[in-house]
Amino acid sequence: MSSPVVEAKNLKQVYEIKRGMFRASDHLQAVGGVSFAIEAGKTLAVVGESGCGKSTLARMVTLIEHPTSGELILNGMDAVHPKPSEKKTLRQMVQLVFQNPYGSLNPRKKIGAILEEPLIINTKLTAAERRERVREMMVKVGLRPDYYNRYPHMFSGGQRQRIAIARALMLSPKLVVADEPVSALDVSIQAQVLNLLADLQKELGLAYLFISHDLGVVRYIADDVLVMYLGNVVEHGPKEKIYANALHPYTQALLSSTPTVTDEKNERIILKGELPSPLNPPSGCVFSTRCPFVKDRCRAERPASREVDGRSVACHFAEDFLSK
Amino acid sequence: MALLEIENLSVEFPTRAGTVYAVEGMTMKLDQGEILGVVGESGSGKSMTMLALMGLVPFPGKIRADKLMFNGHNLLTISERERRKIIGKDVAMIFQEPTTSLNPCFTIGFQLAETLKFHEGMSSKQARNRAIELLEQVGIPAPEGRLKAFPHQLSGGMNQRVMIAMAIACNPKFLIADEPTTALDVTIQAQILNLLTSLQRDRNMAMVLITHNMGVVAETAHRMMVMYAGQIMEEATASDLFNRPQHPYTNALLAALPERAVGGRLATIPGVVPGLADRPKGCLFSPRCQFATDRCVAERPDLSLWQHGSLRCFYPLGDAEREQKIKTDHLIGAEANQ
Repeated sequence: MSSPVVEAKNLKQVYEIKRGMFRASDHLQAVGGVSFAIEAGKTLAVVGESGCGKSTLARMVTLIEHPTSGELILNGMDAVHPKPSEKKTLRQMVQLVFQNPYGSLNPRKKIGAILEEPLIINTKLTAAERRERVREMMVKVGLRPDYYNRYPHMFSGGQRQRIAIARALMLSPKLVVADEPVSALDVSIQAQVLNLLADLQKELGLAYLFISHDLGVVRYIADDVLVMYLGNVVEHGPKEKIYANALHPYTQALLSSTPTVTDEKNERIILKGELPSPLNPPSGCVFSTRCPFVKDRCRAERPASREVDGRSVACHFAEDFLSK
Repeated sequence: MALLEIENLSVEFPTRAGTVYAVEGMTMKLDQGEILGVVGESGSGKSMTMLALMGLVPFPGKIRADKLMFNGHNLLTISERERRKIIGKDVAMIFQEPTTSLNPCFTIGFQLAETLKFHEGMSSKQARNRAIELLEQVGIPAPEGRLKAFPHQLSGGMNQRVMIAMAIACNPKFLIADEPTTALDVTIQAQILNLLTSLQRDRNMAMVLITHNMGVVAETAHRMMVMYAGQIMEEATASDLFNRPQHPYTNALLAALPERAVGGRLATIPGVVPGLADRPKGCLFSPRCQFATDRCVAERPDLSLWQHGSLRCFYPLGDAEREQKIKTDHLIGAEANQ
């Protein structure tokens, strides 16, 4: 049994909102108590609508933001209160791939310079060695090494995303956090990039934290799925379990409202209304304002996450949705 | 008679390096009450076709067509003044980014009333009442209060509803929805799609739904059109296209969908959409097509009738003698082309 590459225990992020000099500041809970673990070579997909705290979670895992409370353990090292000697290794271990490949590459730098930069900062390699490493990496992600001296604008969206992936892999990280890496790409290009991510995972034993709102993509790439709503985890478990029989009404709604090209037209659950403001979350279950099966107990009492049928789910009535 | 008839429409942009064809040889018909789905990768000319129809092609683009008829008006010869009477009234368009297509300086009540006053000649009071009615129809709660709201005070989904309300304000005969749900979350997307189809059914509108999300059109469109590099590649009913694609490009697009992958790897299409410099002389898809032959490289196929739709390919996938034909014309495949 290998130990997980990353382990999060009850991670929380609360922002303080100032409301003027003489008023008490408000508290916005962006992420409330998320726990998960990812092993090497596995993918955890985080799913949810905009404003549900996916990106805040990604920022905490990549050490860009310091969590308000909770534990984060990367490869056996404490990442929330790191030892000074471990800080640098910790940061090299987690790398990030962004959503928009048009915005995440510096247009004034050549591809070679973009890919070499992490090596210049973090290693003592000579210029010739760095160049060699960059060329190797370019081949690995399916770019021709003679593109070394080109600028980002000379590439298509799919190629740019390859460059962004190559940059993330330059320091041989253990965990790659991919924030919607394919949602800006066309279907045919999306397939190429997803294949590349899968190949690299197999070859290098990477762990992925894959953030997406496209449930079709998640179904293809993920091992485990974590569904978030308004900063809270509503359902978390193995992909097969969740796609076969979602137990939380929000997961059910998400799955049924994703349009597919298959012939079987299942009954779509159309949610009413929109995400409530995280400044003023519902008192009981966070989903109670939009849930089609809401009962009095849901409005009064917030359900805790509990184990049901091989996954954890935060709903009082999860058992009712188990298919017989 | 069809509501909309386009024959051989081209949109060209003269550049220093030569003429760029955004749309080439586009022919289509649309009847009342029909939903046509248009899919294709970015840069395939989906939006440009509709902009040409509305006279909104940006400078220095030029439109050429044999026929461009809408509801008995010839849009090629019509004066600007007359066009303005049709656009926004009989033809309405919903754009992709709701927050950028509404004017941030005016309240949504003002923007809604503007359309009604101009096209329907309503008084301010009438327009206000009608605006409330419209907002109610598109499912905005407490519409009276919302009239005074500015676009930045509403969420993306709400703004898209306002856009839809504005588009249907004058009971258009023809509604163009250009990626209406791309910027929205899935649960909101489901709400908006439901709203659009129910409005379309109630008013018997013709609708063109432009998107690159196959799932969205599969569930709403009656007829489908697949575009590639400015040309129609295949046209068929929605169920035919998704179950029995005839063009290799359509087939490849569908195979690349993650939901169709059965474990293992996703099918991909090698290469990229041709640009100005490498636009092939033959079939536009030939450099990326795994079935390309000598004939495909030398000669460009016409859009011709095939089974229940039309197709631009020498070797339709449903053709019984297909393999024989490919063999006689000498298969090259995509790799040799790269």
